[in-house]
Amino acid sequence: MWRYLIPIGVFAVLAAFFVRGLSLNPRYVPSPLLGKPAPEFELPRLKDPGQRLGSQDLNGQVALLNVWATWCVGCRQEHGFLVELAEANDVPIYGLNWKDDRARALGWLSSLGDPYVASAFDELGEVAIDWGVYGAPETFLLARDGTVLYKHIAPLTREVWAAEFVPRIIEQCGGLPCPPADGEG
Amino acid sequence: MRYSLMALGCLLSLGTALAIDPEPPFEDPALEATYQELINEVRCLVCQNQTIADSNAPLASDLRREIRKMMGEGASRAEVIDFLVARYGDFVLYRPPFQPTTWALWGAPVFLLAIGAVVFGRILRVRLRQPLGESDPLDETTS
Repeated sequence: MWRYLIPIGVFAVLAAFFVRGLSLNPRYVPSPLLGKPAPEFELPRLKDPGQRLGSQDLNGQVALLNVWATWCVGCRQEHGFLVELAEANDVPIYGLNWKDDRARALGWLSSLGDPYVASAFDELGEVAIDWGVYGAPETFLLARDGTVLYKHIAPLTREVWAAEFVPRIIEQCGGLPCPPADGEG
Repeated sequence: MRYSLMALGCLLSLGTALAIDPEPPFEDPALEATYQELINEVRCLVCQNQTIADSNAPLASDLRREIRKMMGEGASRAEVIDFLVARYGDFVLYRPPFQPTTWALWGAPVFLLAIGAVVFGRILRVRLRQPLGESDPLDETTS
């Protein structure tokens, strides 16, 4: 009897591990930043290099920080939805332009639309390392107190927005829209 | 002709193998050894089956630059590892730490080896008891 049960048992255990393991997405690496204060940063703005964009601009509001670049195919995919989100004006969207070319990035925004309150220009990718960024597009949801509430790695879609972002924003704000403290360009 | 072509091929492949990290090595050999060890233990999250020493992805070169900078400022090996884990999580390490979530990972080989040892011992005991020249009692049920 054991002669048959043991191999079947071993097979069942292995099969269970494979079903679980192979259904996970290896590209998705959970961020250790969740629930922790967002890393401090300060960078020149994409549109106005003389001005800075940093943590103090984001603090005090529920905000999105979207990591994007013109070399990133997924960013182009999600861009339309970001523009739509910006028009709904539910939460302010900030951009982190990652290892990009300034002229190309500005061209992208003028031809595809600019959903961002402002974008920080991270030419060397140093701030991106602090944020644990490894593949654009990535979108962070930040709380009023500057905590990282959620991180989405992949193009942002309407489904992900409704399932993961909206409930967390409502929890923070009590409802939508969750407007920015003061609009600024 | 064939040999010179092969030699040329070897030289060319050597060049690409070395060119991934274009920075000059640290002057202190101990520091350079630690740096090499570190970059060979850190996973490139863009191309997950490569270390940042193997990968020429932009993120890998950024991380090499960051590690180099930290070590140049006197950071220890442990400080660099903590820096990376705080940002990218344990997955960034090719050698995951021994902690509750990885007990099964580290324990499984020992566990499987123990099972193998028990099975091996039992087979050995049965065979030792068997007089020479008789057929294998383990085979009787199957034949």
